[in-house]
Amino acid sequence: MIASDIIAYAWQSLSRHRGRSLLMLIAMGISVASVMLLTALGEGARRYVHDEFASLGTNLIIVLPGRNETTGAGLNAMPGVTPRDLTLDDARALARHSAITRIAPLNVGAVEASWQNRKREITLLGSTHDLLKLRHWKLAAGQFLPDMEWERTTPVCVIGKKIRDEIFGPHAALGQWLRLGQNRYRVIGIMASEGRTIGLDVEETVIIPVASAQSLLNTPSLFRILIETSSRGAMPSVIEFATAVIRERHYGEEDVTVITQDAVLQTFDRILSTLTYAVGGIAAISLVVAGILIMNVMLVAVSQRTAEIGLLKALGASRQQILRLILTEAMLMSLVGATAGFVIGIFGSWGIRLAFPELQVYPPFWAILTSLLVALVTGLLFSLLPAGKAAGLDPVRALQGR
Amino acid sequence: MIRLEQIHRDFEVGDQIVHALNDINLDIAHGEYLSVMGPSGSGKSTLLNIIGILDHATSGRYFLNEQNVTDMDELAESRARNRHIGFVFQSFHLVPRLTAAQNIELPLVLAGIAPALRRQKVQQVLESLSLADRAHHTPDQLSGGQRQRVAIARATITEPSVLLADEPTGNLDQKSGSEVIVTLEALNQRGITLIVVTHDKNIADRSLRSLQMVDGRVVSDRHGR
Ligand SMILES: Nc1ncnc2c1ncn2[C@@H]1O[C@H](COP(=O)(O)OP(=O)(O)OP(=O)(O)O)[C@@H](O)[C@H]1O
Ligand SMILES: [Mg+2]
Repeated sequence: MIASDIIAYAWQSLSRHRGRSLLMLIAMGISVASVMLLTALGEGARRYVHDEFASLGTNLIIVLPGRNETTGAGLNAMPGVTPRDLTLDDARALARHSAITRIAPLNVGAVEASWQNRKREITLLGSTHDLLKLRHWKLAAGQFLPDMEWERTTPVCVIGKKIRDEIFGPHAALGQWLRLGQNRYRVIGIMASEGRTIGLDVEETVIIPVASAQSLLNTPSLFRILIETSSRGAMPSVIEFATAVIRERHYGEEDVTVITQDAVLQTFDRILSTLTYAVGGIAAISLVVAGILIMNVMLVAVSQRTAEIGLLKALGASRQQILRLILTEAMLMSLVGATAGFVIGIFGSWGIRLAFPELQVYPPFWAILTSLLVALVTGLLFSLLPAGKAAGLDPVRALQGR
Repeated sequence: MIRLEQIHRDFEVGDQIVHALNDINLDIAHGEYLSVMGPSGSGKSTLLNIIGILDHATSGRYFLNEQNVTDMDELAESRARNRHIGFVFQSFHLVPRLTAAQNIELPLVLAGIAPALRRQKVQQVLESLSLADRAHHTPDQLSGGQRQRVAIARATITEPSVLLADEPTGNLDQKSGSEVIVTLEALNQRGITLIVVTHDKNIADRSLRSLQMVDGRVVSDRHGR
C-alpha cells in the first residue's frame, strides 16, 4: 500500500466520523495550546523581570552606603556608629580599576522646580556624563551632562519628559532656564521616556552635575556609586577591589554594601524558569489525558468497523497493513489536533500580548517542539492498543461483525 | 489447482467439539464451475473460508496453485488472498463511505498499485460489468443487484484464479439474482475458477459440477449437468 493511499484511506474514515474526530481534535488541540500558552506566560514573566533588571545596566555594580544587614550583626545595629558617607573622592578612588569602563556617582533629592509661574516637586539626580550610557538611557532631544571635572558646578540640567510636558507645556524647553531651589539651570537635554518601572522614573527626574547637586542639596554624601565593568568576568575582582578601597578609605570600616543586579536577576530567573517548566509539565499531563481519549475513541472506531477490517483482510490486507491504517488514522488526528493547538497557542499568545503589551508572551521554541512531539507520541502510543486489536481480528469472525 | 487433502475443521463450543469439516478431499481444476449445496450448518461457508485462506484447517493439507497453503505465514497468506482469490459475500460488504469505483479498487490499493494503473483497470471492469455510470455512487445509492456487481468487480479486479461466492444471491430478488449469476458465469467462461455456495437448486443445476454437503462431509460430487 502506498503512503498517499494509507493517508487518504485514514482521512476518509476520519471525515466520515466527524463527531468523534472533532472530539479527539479538540482534546489534542486544547492540550497543545495550553502547554504553549502556559509556558509562554511563564517565559514572558521571566523575560519581563529579566529585561527590567537588564535595563538597569549590564555588568552593573552598585555601591551604597551602610552595611547590608543580612550579613549579620552589622554596624547599623551598633549604637552610636553611623556609616560614613560615600563621597566623590571615594568614587574617584574606585575609578582607578582598569576593568571599570564607566562610573557614575549619584546624588538624589527632592526639590521644587519652577519656570515662569509653573511649579512642581521633582526628583533631583546629581550625576556625571557616564550615567546616560551606564543606565542605557536615551535622549529625546539635546544632549546629556557634559564630560567634565566631577567637582565643577555648571548650571545645566537634563529633564524628564513629564517635567517638560508639565512645566514647559507647548513651549520649547531646550535653552530655557529652569529654577531649582535658589538656582537656575539651563535645560540642555530631554530624556526619552522609558517603558521600565523598576528603578527610578526618569520621566519625573531632573538631572544636574553631581557637584551642583551636592551644593543644591547641601550635602557631600552620595546616594549611590554606579560602576560598569568591561565584562561579566571582571565583576568579582571589581567588587573585591571596591570593598577593599572603601574599607581602606574609611579607616578599616566596611561600611558600604556592594551589590550586583546579576545576583538578584539570576535568582528571579531560576524561580521563573522552574515555574515555567512546572506549569508546562502540568499542562503536558492534559496531553496524556488526550491520548487516553484517543485510545478510547479508536477502540470504539475499531469495534464499529470490525466488518470493514474483516473485509480488508479478505481483500488481502496483512496484519501490518491494518496496523498501519489504524495508527495512521490516530496519528493524523493527533497531527491535526496538534496543529490546531499550535495555531490556538500562537493566536492566544498574540491575544495576551495585545491585552498586556508589557509582557513578551511568546511560546518558547522548546515548548512548541516538545508539546507537538508529545502530542504525536501519545497519539501513537495510545492507538497501539486499538490498532493491535484491529490487526489481530480473525477475518471470518470480523466479517460477521463479531 | 485447488487440492484439499483430509481437511478437518473443528470448532470448540464450550466443552463440545463441532466438526464443521470432516475429512474433506477435493480436487478442483482450473476454470471449473462448482456449486456447493447442503443444509444449514453443513460446513459450506467453512469450506469456502478455508479455500479462501480466511480460515485454517485443524488438520489436513491444502494446495493452491501447487503451493502448500498450510505452510504459509500471515504475510504470504494475505498476499495469496490478494492475488489469487476473489470473494463475493451474501451481504456485499461494500465500504459505505467509498464510491463504487473506490470500493472496486481497494484490492489494488492494498497491493500498492499506482493510481494511474488502478484507474485504468477500474474503468475496464466497470465497463465490462455495465457499471460505468455508477462509478461515483456510494453503496447506499445503488440497488442490491448493482451492489453485488460492484462486489464482483472488486473481487475480480486483481484477476484472481478463484472466485468464491457465498450465497451471492441470498439477499437479492429473483431478477437481480439471476443477473448476478449470469455475471459470475460470464467470468467463469473467461477462465476464472468459480465456486458458488447456494441454497438455490436452479443455480446448482446450471453448474457443471455440484457438491452436496451434510454434517461437514461431501456426500455427493456430481460432474456434468
Ligand atoms: N466460529 C465458529 N465457532 C463455532 N462453531 C462454528 C463457527 N463457525 C462455524 N461453526 C459451526 O460449524 C458448522 C458449519 O458452519 P458453516 O457456517 O460452515 O455452515 P453453512 O453450511 O455455511 O451454513 P449456512 O447455510 O447456514 O450458512 C456449524 O455447525 C456452525 O455452527
Ligand atoms: Mg454459510
